[in-house]
Amino acid sequence: MTIDWNHFTPWTSLAGGVLIGIAAAMLVLLSGRVAGISGIVGGLLTPRRGETGWRLAFVAGLFAAPLAMALFAQAPVPRIDAGFGMLVVAGLLVGVGTSYGSGCTSGHGVCGLSRLSPRSLVATAAFMLAGIATVFVVRHLA
Amino acid sequence: MNLFSAFAAGLVFGVGLILSGMTDPGKVIGFLDVAGLWDPSLAFVMGGAILVGFFAFALAQRRAKTFFGGAMHLPHNRDIDKRLIAGSALFGIGWGLAGFCPGPVLVSFASGQEKAAIFVAAMLGGMVIYHAADRLIHEPRRRAA
Repeated sequence: MTIDWNHFTPWTSLAGGVLIGIAAAMLVLLSGRVAGISGIVGGLLTPRRGETGWRLAFVAGLFAAPLAMALFAQAPVPRIDAGFGMLVVAGLLVGVGTSYGSGCTSGHGVCGLSRLSPRSLVATAAFMLAGIATVFVVRHLA
Repeated sequence: MNLFSAFAAGLVFGVGLILSGMTDPGKVIGFLDVAGLWDPSLAFVMGGAILVGFFAFALAQRRAKTFFGGAMHLPHNRDIDKRLIAGSALFGIGWGLAGFCPGPVLVSFASGQEKAAIFVAAMLGGMVIYHAADRLIHEPRRRAA
């Protein structure tokens, strides 16, 4: 195992993580909801009475984030290697998978692990291992 | 008040995603590439988030109401089943292929990334397909049961 020191950003990543934790804390303690992004978005596609407003407000907040960030710092340019076909396949898999498995990196990974939920621990292990295996196949075998 | 706090939470969440590096697929794939040049940063994202989240959810679990007096909606499902594992594995494959997961890709989409827009459209399509298939397959079975 070789560490990629050029891209390693422990402090900004830790600070960003703390902000994500604060946001999850705000949502659960003030609105009584779990900050699981796939669940929040999925709930907008199957709308139910009283379940839409807070979801839209949260997503609006997410959408406003790049604008708020631009006031303080220039955003780094993201590296997106995937082409059109790959993005479509990956997007479909993420949409179907998070619906079937009831969560993603935020719902199971952050909130579930924070609650010490065994169910979310299994889910997080499953998507981490699948992600690692996929990158291994794409980068080192294909 | 509820809407305002949800908006504020989304805003802080999104800023955290950008600052942490989660909106950069190259960084996500660098984290998953344990056999190549490994970028451990995302472990610090998870660590930082759980450090705060642990105390927040411990507090939330001991309260019947939110600080604004609203209902507390915490997950009750404790099942570890085929759906959970297969669904999470499918999600992990998609995550590894493009380096995007649902939160960061929405933020990236809002910052005007065309590739993020393609991914978001496909992801919403996947969610719609799942719900349609679920209705077709499971609804008759639930009714028969």
